[in-house]
Amino acid sequence: MTSTPLPQTEVLGAIRRRQRRSLLDRGAAMLLGAAAASSIIITVGIVMVLAIESSTFFGEVGILTFLTDTVWTPLFADARFGILPLVTGTLVTTAVALAVAMPIGTIVAIWLSEYAPHGVREVLKPALELLSAVPTVVYGYFALLFVTPLLQKLMPELPTFNMLGAGIVMGIMIIPYVSSLSEDAMRGVPRILREGAYAMGANKLLTALKVVYPAALSGIGSAYVLAISRAVGETMIVAIAAGMQPNLTLDPTQPAATITAFIVQVSLGDLPHGSVGYQSIFAAGVVLFVLTLGFNIAGYRLRKRFREAY
Amino acid sequence: MRSIQEIVARRRRQDRWFAVLGVFCTSIGIITLIALLANLLIDGLGHLDWQFLTSFASRRASSAGVLAAVVGSLLVMLVTACVAAPLGIAAGVWLEEYAPKNRVATILEVNIANLAGVPSVIYGLMALSVFVYAFGFGHSILTAALTLAVLILPIVIVATREALRTIPRTIREASYALGATKWETVWHHLLPYSLGGIATGVIIGLSRAIGETAPLVTIGALAFIAFLPDPPVTGEFPFVSFSWLGSDFTVLPIQMFNWVSRPDPAFHHNAAATGVLLIAITLGMNAIAIFVRYRMRKAIQW
Repeated sequence: MTSTPLPQTEVLGAIRRRQRRSLLDRGAAMLLGAAAASSIIITVGIVMVLAIESSTFFGEVGILTFLTDTVWTPLFADARFGILPLVTGTLVTTAVALAVAMPIGTIVAIWLSEYAPHGVREVLKPALELLSAVPTVVYGYFALLFVTPLLQKLMPELPTFNMLGAGIVMGIMIIPYVSSLSEDAMRGVPRILREGAYAMGANKLLTALKVVYPAALSGIGSAYVLAISRAVGETMIVAIAAGMQPNLTLDPTQPAATITAFIVQVSLGDLPHGSVGYQSIFAAGVVLFVLTLGFNIAGYRLRKRFREAY
Repeated sequence: MRSIQEIVARRRRQDRWFAVLGVFCTSIGIITLIALLANLLIDGLGHLDWQFLTSFASRRASSAGVLAAVVGSLLVMLVTACVAAPLGIAAGVWLEEYAPKNRVATILEVNIANLAGVPSVIYGLMALSVFVYAFGFGHSILTAALTLAVLILPIVIVATREALRTIPRTIREASYALGATKWETVWHHLLPYSLGGIATGVIIGLSRAIGETAPLVTIGALAFIAFLPDPPVTGEFPFVSFSWLGSDFTVLPIQMFNWVSRPDPAFHHNAAATGVLLIAITLGMNAIAIFVRYRMRKAIQW
């Protein structure tokens, strides 16, 4: 068998094609890398915007006054800039939401992971996740015009705007954040651990509480922390149903503004660039960002740990 | 002997009680969802007619409608999808297929996890400073769409990565063995096979974006818009126009927020009708996403 050598033009063509392909390959890699870098640009953008836009504010007000003054009236003639009323509003609504979401979410997670038959779980888990798909403005409507009137039947003196109704609805909204992530964590616990508990005579409840729950704790913890972060950053429910008056109180039956509700309230009005109102929402944004960032990083760390455990 | 039987009986009882408690807690979530839907339908369905869909906002509740909001939502979603989908998919592909396993990749990963947790109103602040003032886009459709695109980018990235991760290594090896470059492997094999998962992520992201209110309030979206943006198709050359990108706009959630904040209960019915529309759109998109994921899981078996 004799092999005829390839004509030179064909060899050159093949080389050129290969060069073109490798060029395309390198170009694509660069474009994709640039797209991935855009997420860094966004983060840097957020941090820089918050730092720059609030720097004038902190230059004039001073961080100590900002953190310790108990009155927040940046748009009044007698302007006071104490973030505390907004922080307490945020803390109270978050606490109410967690009081609803943590026990219910955890029980749902244990039930779905340890008790519910496979078919039931496959249906109920996505059904519950629909709770977090509902737009928050719709939840605001529900809190103001359904849940609060319902609560007023139990507590006649409850005002129309209150943190209790807003917090409860917010809690129901974040149930799936707690239940789905916790359930994933508990299902990641090896079967052998459960078999060991059963062999010792434990029932499902004891196995769940004494073996599975502790083994999945970092995953469940990350679910809790992410739920907290979500509740702190939630905006529309509290803006609609909790009222927008800054109010230094820890009583959930009172109306109050949260950090997020304040940002919305000021944005609804006319907001010239560089005005006091404009600067104050960025100052409030800094506090909100720092709070949620702390929770997010803690949640991420916890989740990483639970993934590495097995 | 008796005491052991008692212990066994007690533990069985505990289990039954907890099962009841579990069903009860799960049904709290489900019942709330049903109550919310029923409440909206009762309050709003009567107002949801053709006149409501084809009228502009008005001072009188009975003659007000959502035309500007529906058109605004559609246009904003269109631009959001055009920005977020290519950018998010590209970033996801790089992170999953190209990223070296070093500190840079870890930093990017932590960063994206954090971005997903940043409250949406913060994105609104960033957009107000950067898009509205620094770039000079104003309170336009373009600003709104870019804001929402940035907001849902992490969702698209994470969905893309998870879809790519389910493709077995052997598929990549086979492609390389036949002489394909990395990009050819991605374009001809990995992307087509992960399309279902990616589409699911994009749809979920858009369903999140269409209900977002806070960041759009922050960039200064108006609720009282009595005109439509310029049409994208014109009668004269070059037949397409992008001037609608710079138009003032309103969207469904902004319209609903405006109506629900008014003291007059007549407007609450309008808010409920808008809520029915919003819920139908978001739950519909979620249903499509679940369906797509289910179909893909059945269609592809490695």
